[in-house]
Amino acid sequence: MKTVRTENFSKMDISQLFYDLFFDYTLRTVALGSAILGMVSGALGSFAVLRKQSLLGDAISHAALPGIVLAFLITRSREPIVLILGALIAGWLATLLMLSIIRTTRIKDDSALGLVLSVFFGFGLMLLTFTQKLPDATQAGLDKFLFGQAATLLQRDVITMGIIGVIALTLLFMFWKEFKLITFDSEFAGSLGLPIRVLDVLLTTLLVIAIVLGLQTVGVVLMSAMIVAPAAAARQWTNHLNKMVWLGGLFGAIAGVSGTLISGSAEKLPTGPVIVLCMSIIVFFSMLIAPNRGLIWNWFRTQRNRKLLRIQAVLADLHTLALQHPNEERGHPIATLRSMNAHPEFVSLILNQLKEQGMVQELSKNAWALTQAGLAEAEQTFKKEA
Amino acid sequence: MSLAQLEIQIIASLVAVACSLVGVFLILRRMAMMSDAISHTVLLGIVLAFFVTKNITSPLLLIGAALMGMLTVSLVELLNRTQLVKEDTSIGLVFPALFSIAVILISRFAGDVHIDNDAVLLGELAFAPFNRVKLFGLDFGPEAYYSSGGILILNLLFVILFYKELKLATFDPALAATLGFAPTLIHYALMTLVSLTAVGSFNAVGSILVVAFMVAPPSAAYLLTDKLSRMILYSALIGIVSAISGYWLANILDASIAGSMATMTGASFLIVYLFAPERGLLAQARRRQNQRIEFALTMLTMHIANHTAAHEAELENEVIHLNEHLKWSPKFAMEIVGIAERTGLVNQQSGLLSLTEIGKQRAAQEFNT
Repeated sequence: MKTVRTENFSKMDISQLFYDLFFDYTLRTVALGSAILGMVSGALGSFAVLRKQSLLGDAISHAALPGIVLAFLITRSREPIVLILGALIAGWLATLLMLSIIRTTRIKDDSALGLVLSVFFGFGLMLLTFTQKLPDATQAGLDKFLFGQAATLLQRDVITMGIIGVIALTLLFMFWKEFKLITFDSEFAGSLGLPIRVLDVLLTTLLVIAIVLGLQTVGVVLMSAMIVAPAAAARQWTNHLNKMVWLGGLFGAIAGVSGTLISGSAEKLPTGPVIVLCMSIIVFFSMLIAPNRGLIWNWFRTQRNRKLLRIQAVLADLHTLALQHPNEERGHPIATLRSMNAHPEFVSLILNQLKEQGMVQELSKNAWALTQAGLAEAEQTFKKEA
Repeated sequence: MSLAQLEIQIIASLVAVACSLVGVFLILRRMAMMSDAISHTVLLGIVLAFFVTKNITSPLLLIGAALMGMLTVSLVELLNRTQLVKEDTSIGLVFPALFSIAVILISRFAGDVHIDNDAVLLGELAFAPFNRVKLFGLDFGPEAYYSSGGILILNLLFVILFYKELKLATFDPALAATLGFAPTLIHYALMTLVSLTAVGSFNAVGSILVVAFMVAPPSAAYLLTDKLSRMILYSALIGIVSAISGYWLANILDASIAGSMATMTGASFLIVYLFAPERGLLAQARRRQNQRIEFALTMLTMHIANHTAAHEAELENEVIHLNEHLKWSPKFAMEIVGIAERTGLVNQQSGLLSLTEIGKQRAAQEFNT
């Protein structure tokens, strides 16, 4: 970021930052651009992630480079729309080439991805260095697509991004039902008579658009993260496609704006990588704390299940003992129960818990037996299992 | 050709062969994208090691990079094991995050040192000959000879010593595990070598070229042969050819050497993809065409055999009737009849077809099956 400020965070700085967010031209433009980018790539990335095409974004963003340079070489113009068009065509060609390699040979999709990615990108670099040595200097700035230079975003660029983004999202919602079907059950979609191939190409084209939008902001190398990460974070919070797409867009936008703010708060903090890191942090916390799927929830659930199973094991053992000694109204020592249990160290603890619940009783010292309630519980559990 | 030019080509060829050796196993094990991930994250390893040593030429940088490569692989596997995301997604999450950290660290703390993003992506092959090893006033050639050559020898030793284990763990991991070959160990050893190769090479050629050399020549070789040993050999040769032709392409265009070499690996792949003797697109098309003709010939003999005995034989076996009964276009019918005549399956007399002995045999054979 260009905005030069002290490196120490203080309350003053943060309020200043929010003030700038609305009134500083550069910061406002970059934040808006990043927000649009995050939203569009988060929404479209959801489909890519669900369709197991996470790395397609990586390949397409690298493959866009030769398109950008060629578009410039042919038209000699640096209008964003021209470059975006070039990137779009190259990204699209790369995708088609990849699909054709996978379909017509035994080369697997990961190799096809790596192949197209590295070769297109290498080709782009060759063209770029070739262009840079041309006598006229109009090509300056093409290399910002490598790493992205969010600070160079102009209001005009953001307006272009906004228009293209709105078009892409409108198409997404127009074909929502169809895209949903080909994502989750493309054979069924085919049997309904939907043109799968056409829809497939359309959805991929939208993805290419989302990627191309972000090249100027975060650059070729990191753009893939903007496709994968918001969607991966959103996936943790919901099982519904529409919620996932909204959340993906929201996460992407949050990462875009907060990344811009953080990189604006200090010198020498490149915007693209900071946005990607913000996004990674969102993913990390989503994987930890998202209800139902999150790792922490999972841990608690496992613990609860484990405890429940241990309790049931003791109940079952007592029940077995009661069945083996039908005519005796007597208790059984802890040692017996311990010998029957896989986790003997927990047995006395569990017995005391069961006693509090009224499931077992201590008939005399160290002689445990089921109560009526415990017997009923055990029989019910057994019945369920049988 | 000057000495420097020769040296650049030798260095690039060393890198190409070193990359081919591990690349073959990467693509056979469906892990090609891991090379992309590792070649990006080793940057973080280099940066962190640099902060420790404060010395850009320290061998510790290599170790840092290799460790970071291992960390990348482990992180991806850790994410996989949570089952919260799919495998390709975990790769797509891990490497941009680590790479971002590296880029931020570089631009914040190492701005005035000789590590920069462009160098990592593009490499500086053109400068490699200037970095020489000198002992006792004698010139022992460019430093990159030793770094790239060392990694090549390491990879070669690994492949030769563990050829059997690698082969088994690649093609039948379950059997390998049953026989006690420890596929996991092989896996991690391979990943370590990929990291070492990536870092050792990208000093010279940049990370993108590492990926290109690891994926494109082995993929091309995969279309040329079914034998693992030949695949390794072909892929090394294709790598060398791409490296040398890429160098001259860069020379002509005055463009990035790494970019041109990556372009040439792509061109080599494209040529193989089109012209490979059995699996190439042209061979596939030719095979389909042959099958179509063979099938049509069989149809023709069966059709004639069917109708020879019947009283309408004269009508049915005219060439012009074939388009009606076999739904052939007149042009195709003429073509097939021509081929059938030339191969001695049928005779034609004033527009009427009859089977020769060979034709009768073929039809009978077909009826029997």
